Amino acid sequence: MTWPAEIQARAEAIVARYPEPRSAVMPLLYLAMRQEGSLTLDGMRQVAGYTGLTSVQVESVASFYSMYKRESVGDYIVSVCTSISCHLLGGEEVLGAVADEAGVPSGKTGADGLFSVESVECIGACGGAPAVQVNYELVEGVTSESGRRLCRWLADDRPQVVTSDHMQAEFGGMRSFEWGPDESEGATGPVPAFGPLGTSGQPS
Amino acid sequence: MTEQILTTRMEAHPADSNTLRRYEATGGYNTLRKALVEMSPEQITAEVKAANLRGRGGAGFPAGVKWGFLAPAEPHYLVINGDESEPGTFKDRQLLERDPHQLIEGIILSSYALGVNHSFIYIRGEYPRPARRVQRAVEEAYAAGYLGDDVLGSGFSLDVTVHLGAGAYICGEETALLNSLEGRRGEPRLKPPFPAVEGLYARPTIVNNVETISNIPWIVANGGAAYDAIGPEGSRGTRMFSLSGHVARPGNYEIVMGMSWRDLIYEVGGGVRDGNALKCWIPGGASAPWFTPAVLDEPVTLDDTGRLGSMLGSGAVVVMDETTNVVAAALSIVKFFSHESCGQCTPCREGTTWLQRILERILAGHGREADIGLLLDVCDNISPGLRWPPAQTTICPLGPSVVSPITSIMKHFRPEVEAMIRQAAPAGV
Repeated sequence: MTWPAEIQARAEAIVARYPEPRSAVMPLLYLAMRQEGSLTLDGMRQVAGYTGLTSVQVESVASFYSMYKRESVGDYIVSVCTSISCHLLGGEEVLGAVADEAGVPSGKTGADGLFSVESVECIGACGGAPAVQVNYELVEGVTSESGRRLCRWLADDRPQVVTSDHMQAEFGGMRSFEWGPDESEGATGPVPAFGPLGTSGQPS
Repeated sequence: MTEQILTTRMEAHPADSNTLRRYEATGGYNTLRKALVEMSPEQITAEVKAANLRGRGGAGFPAGVKWGFLAPAEPHYLVINGDESEPGTFKDRQLLERDPHQLIEGIILSSYALGVNHSFIYIRGEYPRPARRVQRAVEEAYAAGYLGDDVLGSGFSLDVTVHLGAGAYICGEETALLNSLEGRRGEPRLKPPFPAVEGLYARPTIVNNVETISNIPWIVANGGAAYDAIGPEGSRGTRMFSLSGHVARPGNYEIVMGMSWRDLIYEVGGGVRDGNALKCWIPGGASAPWFTPAVLDEPVTLDDTGRLGSMLGSGAVVVMDETTNVVAAALSIVKFFSHESCGQCTPCREGTTWLQRILERILAGHGREADIGLLLDVCDNISPGLRWPPAQTTICPLGPSVVSPITSIMKHFRPEVEAMIRQAAPAGV
């Protein structure tokens, strides 16, 4: 299967940003994940085609990085930080509450494909510990109670776009620092919402 | 002293400090305009050297000296390390989100000084929001003629590419970062050759931290001597400290180094939460050995912290109060390094795993009397002699980093560890 013309154009633009095509492997892996929800052999074959690598070489790169998911993941990846600062302030309890409310044990994806829950290492939100990300959009100062509400909101509302600002206002507490102006951009799937990858969207 | 270099704009203009409009309205890019006309690349490098600015990523290597190692072969590259992942550290995230143009002006000035025409900003994958803000700022800078061909009519050209990581702490190590940027597994390379000689695509490359380069516009504007006049010798300038854990007012604070730990934790950070007693703290990120209240009155400088057997590292201060289970805290850090070990070197790959298992069994109530000796023995295999600065049997410093929490709890809290083992393991079981 080949990618739609629009995605091919985007892939070519990504390759053009680097002095050597191989450097485009990482952004192209995100692009591939975005197409199919997870990283498939076919997706990796496409990436290989753009970068002059074999698909085994591409898989070798993909398997190194925890954000490339080679098994299908939920619509919402809920990542709970349990590194030292979050650990000291109850990150493990938040993880337990989130896993319980989502009905998915840590490290797994639910059968209905709604949630993946994972314990993650430091996400740079230590001043607002414990911290959580939904599809890599951050919420700081989360409690077991607000973590449960966050999961219920995701399950009930099924938002197309999740944004940090909205989640922080509804479910967050103390922040690491003042965030500055509000942003309407957010994630539309389990891939970081970064413009050039074409993964961000406006909340409906 | 109340010098502030990096956070002035974001504090004065919280609503839009990330925009080009605000950056220009507060004098931004004037330094670049002036420097491109009035200064040679060598003069900029001389100012950075004179500033005695030490790298803010963790190793504290003098930035100007590093620049001096850049081999002449063309092309060469500047790579900004925004893979901030050391547990406890969140200061680059603030600089990226709140004042991206300050970083970009620093990149342009540095690239001009170094003769670089293509620079990369590597931002960790878990930082999409900072990456979006930086990308927008880069696009604004292109549109305004600060980036691209013939910057401001100077004849100097520069492209900047924002690159997103994908969840690997080790990519903060500069050679692993370069491998990652080349589209490879983020495995550290043996040094030498150093990146300044063979870096990105085996070309001469300078890798600098976000905070380091964010200081460059101020240094070029005010002169290296002015920067060198701030703070104590060996720890010049201001520095972003990330305070977290059981501290009353966590957050990032830009301070002049040289104040005491007591002042940093109790005055700046508001003391320990709930009025609890301070048990210990990590002075410079998860890789750093811990301090106890015995050194509260020592100065917060790179050299004094080194003399006392630890490091300022990434500027992450993690405070632990009297309620802390130090074995559980150490396990959290060991688990981190175990997860993030790239697996190339046996002492690190195997050592981190075994340290995690032993600590887990102690915490689960299955500790053995011999476990303390075993923990230290495994640590000694990773970093022989258990000294500071640590000896290394591995390609990169991740291996020795896992030793820090273990030696810290053994040095300061050994009776607590022993009690936990004894309490949990009745004789004969």
